[in-house]
Amino acid sequence: MNHPTKTLHGLGAEFSSAGALLHAAQKIQSLGFRRWDVYSPFPIHGMDQAMNFKRSKVSLFSLLGGCTGLTTGFVLIYYTSAINYPLIVQGKPYFALEPSLPIFFELTILLTAFGTILGLLLLTLMPRLHHPVFNWDRFKKVSDDGFFLVLESADPRFDAQASRKLLQEIGGDHVSEIYQDPEENPHPARPESEITQ
Amino acid sequence: MRADNSSAQAAFSQASEYLERRPLVANDRPLSWITDHVCRIVEQPAPKWWWILTIVTGGVATLVPAMLTYLVSTGVGVWGLNVPVCWAWDITNFVFWIGIGHAGTLISAILFLTRQKWRTSVNRSAEAMTIFAVICAGIFPAFHVGRVWMAWFLAPIPNANAIWQNFRSPLLWDVFAVSTYFTVSLIFWYLGLIPDLASLRDRATTRFRQMAYGLLALGWRGSNRQWTHYEKAYLVLAGISTPLVLSVHSVVSFDFATSIVPGWHTTIFPPYFVAGAIFGGFAMVLTLLIPFREIYGLHDLVTDKHIDNMCKIILLTGSLVGYAYSMEFFIAWYSGNPFEIYAFTNRAFGPYWWAYWSMITCNVAAPQLFWFKYCRQNPWVVLAIVMFPNTGMWFERFVIIVTSIHRDFLPSSWGYFSPTWVDITLFIGTIGLFVFLFLLFVRFLPMITMFEVKNVTPQADPHSDGSTHHGTSLGHTQSAQAHA
Repeated sequence: MNHPTKTLHGLGAEFSSAGALLHAAQKIQSLGFRRWDVYSPFPIHGMDQAMNFKRSKVSLFSLLGGCTGLTTGFVLIYYTSAINYPLIVQGKPYFALEPSLPIFFELTILLTAFGTILGLLLLTLMPRLHHPVFNWDRFKKVSDDGFFLVLESADPRFDAQASRKLLQEIGGDHVSEIYQDPEENPHPARPESEITQ
Repeated sequence: MRADNSSAQAAFSQASEYLERRPLVANDRPLSWITDHVCRIVEQPAPKWWWILTIVTGGVATLVPAMLTYLVSTGVGVWGLNVPVCWAWDITNFVFWIGIGHAGTLISAILFLTRQKWRTSVNRSAEAMTIFAVICAGIFPAFHVGRVWMAWFLAPIPNANAIWQNFRSPLLWDVFAVSTYFTVSLIFWYLGLIPDLASLRDRATTRFRQMAYGLLALGWRGSNRQWTHYEKAYLVLAGISTPLVLSVHSVVSFDFATSIVPGWHTTIFPPYFVAGAIFGGFAMVLTLLIPFREIYGLHDLVTDKHIDNMCKIILLTGSLVGYAYSMEFFIAWYSGNPFEIYAFTNRAFGPYWWAYWSMITCNVAAPQLFWFKYCRQNPWVVLAIVMFPNTGMWFERFVIIVTSIHRDFLPSSWGYFSPTWVDITLFIGTIGLFVFLFLLFVRFLPMITMFEVKNVTPQADPHSDGSTHHGTSLGHTQSAQAHA
């Protein structure tokens, strides 16, 4: 199918297995492409190294969440029991570490979980319900048994003819053009392929 | 030399066949088979039995609001509670349901961190079970406070009395522990669902399904930039859920252990409660999974090996619980405290002897059958045996709670608790609610974590030749499992 009025998002290719996709990714990475991604039904072992990703920063958000939780727990208990309304209950001190630990712990865990989810959503730019790759009809297989590689046209090394040939050479089947929706902004403020870079 | 070599090779290949691990997905099923088999449970029209069961359990579940309305409008006296037994079925049911939830988190978090790959095909339904069990559990303490319209006093919100919560009280710790547990379990469950919701979205045949599952899937594309963050987030959540699950039942046990009541005031309670929770939870996982595995023909995903593993966990934790029971008796005797000794002899030989010995039979004796391979390998025998822990764990909480307080320090304040019809009907209502929610889950969400099961198949190993055939060479299988 040809959509002359639509903007080209990139070229997609399908691979036969996780191993074939990994080899293709290694090849594309070695050629210096930057705006591309692979799509698979499950995370592929070794793909992060093949694409030269750094460690995910989700755990940083988790740590921040956990610290916030612990601080909240301390402030909550200390302020309410020792400052705002000190009340003697069973002759116990207004504030002590031992009885506070369970609540410190629970709030730390709770806010770590919130931080983790927030970090995941921010770093993956989810939810994003529309994306050009969904315009490719073969792409439905990605959540079943399809292994895909998409080279974006925004990459400086992208060339419609040469890139198509390249994808075929490294074993890609069904190499197809993927178009953006006409109403979509062709130059998003921050391309999501640069998330981890 | 040559003869030696070939006989060594024959011995090696024989040994490899013997030593080879059983595959986690039987019969070398391709990836699309997994998607298809799991998704079609949700996509095909609901079978007749589903409608019947859902309507029946939904009807039973309405007993919960009915009994609670009666309770609130009439007063807490409609429960059988009275001095000296002011904690009875309500708190028993609360601890019972909370405990059931623990197996779900154990499977999803602890078995993930310890790289037990067999967890992949059972974790989704076990986590769903956790959430539904915690919902059932939460009902009881919320209404046990008596004036339920004041239950919000438990939350640290400034109120007209200008008094804050007593953070030194284990009951308040419980509020924080259970609500954190519920929230984190829900987040963890939903996180695991996202890639599978995308599968349902991509297979949707109607616009409505596509929209509904598409919204829930948050636009998941399965790109490696998403997967790398997703895996990290999953690991972190597994990491924090592990201490969380151990803490929740420990905090629940503090409700008892920090008191001075003989029979409650023991240091063994936290580990003993956690072991019991895992024991009862796995029994409930098997109770739910075995029938659905048969109905939907999921034998290749939930294999006999999975059931066998869970039976072994039940055997282990059941024995731990049995050890805790005997250690409680030993410590009571060793303490030399007459009240302590009396509390325990009264437990076993007092007016509630029937509850105590039901507990021992169900929790200590019955699981010992799992020493026999036959009992672990035959699903229907397993299903029959796990009914004992299901019952026994309810009795355990009843025994701990009621037998310890029904005879106070002074014989003038001794009593005998009997439940009223409201107690019994409310408990039956929560069982209905639990099964009802589980039936809805099975109908509308993928009950097996497809992407994780795919990830433990030999095809998922990027270093294999990509063929679905495997299992002829020991080295190959090991590398597939090491990398999967």
